Amino acid sequence: GCPQGPRPVTSVLALAVTSEQIEHLHRRFKQLSQDQLTIRKENFDSIPDLEFNPIRGKIVHAFFDKRNLRQESDGLADEINFEDFLTIMSYFRPIEMNMDEEQLDRFRKEKLKFLFHMYDSDHDGKITLQEYRNVVEELLSGNPHLEKESARSIADGAMMEAASICVGQMGPDQVYEGITFEDFLKMWQGIDIETKMHVRFLNVDTIAHCY
Amino acid sequence: IPSVSSIVPESCLLIVVGLLVGGLIKGVGEKPPILKSDIFFLFLLPPIILDAGYFLPLRPFTENLGTILIFAVVGTLWNAFFLGGLMYAVCQLGGPGLNHIGLLANLLFGSIISAVDPVAVLAVFEEIHINELLHILVFGESLLNDAVTVVLYHLFEEFASFEQVTILDIILGFLSFFVVSLGGVLVGVIYGVIAAFTSRFTSHIRVIEPLFVFLYSYMAYLSAELFHLSGIMALIAAGVVMRPYVEANISHKSHTTIKYFLKMWSSVSETLIFIFLGVSTVAGHHYWNWTFVISTLFFCLIARVLGVLVLTWFINKFRIVKLTPKDQFIIAYGGLRGAIAFSLGYLLDYQHFGMRDMFLTAIITVIFFTVFVQGMTIRPLVDLLAVKKKQETKRSINEEIHTQFLDHLLTGIEDICGHYGHHHWKDKLNRFNKKYVKKCLIAGERSKEPQLIAFYHKMEMKQAIELVESGGIGKIPSAVSTVSIQNINPQTLPLERVLPALSKDKEEEIRKILRTNLQKTRQRLRSYNRHTLVADPYEEAWNQMLLRRQKARQLEQKMNNYLTVPAHRVDSPTMSRARIGSDPLAYEPKEDSENLPIITIDPASPQSPESVELMSEEPKGCSGLPPSPEEDEEGLVMRVKEPSSPGTDDVFTPGNSDSPSNQRMLRCLSDPGPRPEPEEGEPFIPKGQ
Repeated sequence: GCPQGPRPVTSVLALAVTSEQIEHLHRRFKQLSQDQLTIRKENFDSIPDLEFNPIRGKIVHAFFDKRNLRQESDGLADEINFEDFLTIMSYFRPIEMNMDEEQLDRFRKEKLKFLFHMYDSDHDGKITLQEYRNVVEELLSGNPHLEKESARSIADGAMMEAASICVGQMGPDQVYEGITFEDFLKMWQGIDIETKMHVRFLNVDTIAHCY
Repeated sequence: IPSVSSIVPESCLLIVVGLLVGGLIKGVGEKPPILKSDIFFLFLLPPIILDAGYFLPLRPFTENLGTILIFAVVGTLWNAFFLGGLMYAVCQLGGPGLNHIGLLANLLFGSIISAVDPVAVLAVFEEIHINELLHILVFGESLLNDAVTVVLYHLFEEFASFEQVTILDIILGFLSFFVVSLGGVLVGVIYGVIAAFTSRFTSHIRVIEPLFVFLYSYMAYLSAELFHLSGIMALIAAGVVMRPYVEANISHKSHTTIKYFLKMWSSVSETLIFIFLGVSTVAGHHYWNWTFVISTLFFCLIARVLGVLVLTWFINKFRIVKLTPKDQFIIAYGGLRGAIAFSLGYLLDYQHFGMRDMFLTAIITVIFFTVFVQGMTIRPLVDLLAVKKKQETKRSINEEIHTQFLDHLLTGIEDICGHYGHHHWKDKLNRFNKKYVKKCLIAGERSKEPQLIAFYHKMEMKQAIELVESGGIGKIPSAVSTVSIQNINPQTLPLERVLPALSKDKEEEIRKILRTNLQKTRQRLRSYNRHTLVADPYEEAWNQMLLRRQKARQLEQKMNNYLTVPAHRVDSPTMSRARIGSDPLAYEPKEDSENLPIITIDPASPQSPESVELMSEEPKGCSGLPPSPEEDEEGLVMRVKEPSSPGTDDVFTPGNSDSPSNQRMLRCLSDPGPRPEPEEGEPFIPKGQ
């Protein structure tokens, strides 16, 4: 059956998830929003397991990032409705057997763009050293006794490596501004994100969509 | 012309060698030795399995565990029963020679021959460099089907001596499968934990650390075999469980020792196994029955293909990354039989199984067929079908960061969806591991070390060692780039002290490695003679400081280049003083600084390491700024600059000691500073003294 959502699901998502999964997600949405029509950032606090996640802040932020919600504007939304919730979820759908090269490429770029937005917190289109340091610090935040220096130097090392992959040899005067999306794609070349970045139960199986 | 080894896999050649040796022995009139099952199971098989288990790539294994288990358990069961049943039918129809072979005997035969053999799979798949997924699928299957084989073998062997087989027996047999497999894993885990715990206390007796790994693993194997549990699964479980903790505890040398010993032992075992197979073929009593053998071969292949097809169709419903028909073909084709089947057949005793010889003949034929025909043709087939090959990717710190980030992200999404999936449980296990297990099993500080830091340290160590190994020849590792901290963070002052993430003793270790190399670096002092130096009160101190500066700069330069993080500056007081300069006049960058004589060091010259020959050095205005990029590219060999003033190519040529350039140099570096620390300075031993 169709969810009792406020709006019908857009056609993009209709291809991605079955009605069963939409129902499940809708139930979850209602749980999180406490039967409201929208979710705010505070609602995510009610998930106990999320406490242990070191990058919890970034994940929640990603849900409200307008770039991920496919909205034209920039910045953060205050609240999201069920359709937006599904939009975010659709980034994690698994690969389909019958995709051709172009679709596959778009699929991959989409997922990487989501990741890129998570790294690039100030929305300027590139991941600067400070942002990268921030990422590593958050990853290591579960270890309170660790010095900040360690995280910084790992991030520095990683950034240098990224620079050498993306730009190659650099003279002493050249400055590497930050990782752009193209560089980011280059870095992820060896890893097949389309098979890794998915949540299992969003199985693409066929048929019923909801309009 | 392709060489023999590119067409014929090593296992085939070894069997041929065995055949020749066996033939030779027989020709002389002696009785060639047969591969006794005891020797095989107790001595030849464990090293191979331990090597496989200890170095098992855990991530792909656990990701595909469901698939592997289904192939191993259901696939082997299907093979055994299908083959056994069909062979029984063949026997019934096969005429007087075969009629007496009962159903149970046939089922036993089926269970022996149906198991994919890890040794053969390893031997062949190692050479074809197939992609990771297929490799782990076939290999994992060959390891895990041992439990099924053990159960079926013992079951049918027992049943063959029964008068009647009741339903209860069958049910108990079914249950014994779980006991055998889970029991084997449990035994392995227990021994693995004990080994990890032991390694926690070995910091004072590093030499015998590898011994614990081998000993406990072997004991796990023996204990499991003792109780008729699956020894192979015990061994794999022990290796997998102990590895992360043991590696965190043991020294680098022990780690290398373990790696090389395991590889050596498993190589030797593998070679011996195949040679013995050849010899046993010549030596054994054979009973050739055309019908039996040919139908065995035929049905083996059919069973395998059918099994793979049906199971893949079923598995693909649950897999995200589906198995394509190409993958299925390779999986089916890679189902090689080997020495385990032979040894199990050999174990059958004559009393209950009079047709043992016939069985053995059939087993050997199947082994030969799979190893020779399938082994030889799989490589061209892989090329023909354009199956994805293994990608040689270097693990980088970026990849590690991204992988961890992705893991946490997916766990978070699963939590938000309220779906307790794969990532959720993995995260829970990791947290449990970090909180309780690591504290018990890892010694000291390292128990709290997060994975990212540990990985980073490992990489730094590797790079330092690479640097040392390549440095002596003067070759630059190809991976070096000229990107330095300046390029990504221009605000960083050159003198800023950026603390690396290395702990004290790691830093010391790296520096020790680099220093030992520096000490060994050949440096020549050309025509230096102590007496030619100006009788200068600062002379000795200058020499020491010069050497120290040069070494320190080399050290720092190398660390800047080859380590991704600039190590903190070698901050001897002399250095800082030389840098900042107590004599402001001397440290002004001179306009004609090119006129200063330059000293280069030629590390590759074949002189004794003690004597130092300084050819020329570039003082760089004596300010100790980080070396320029052009110098960086050349690594250890500093450029020989053209001496600007004629005749002064050396500071130390006799008679030139009073030249103005020399004076300038002396003035420049004149501050001797306090006594150098014993580790930094090196007594300056002149040539010939």
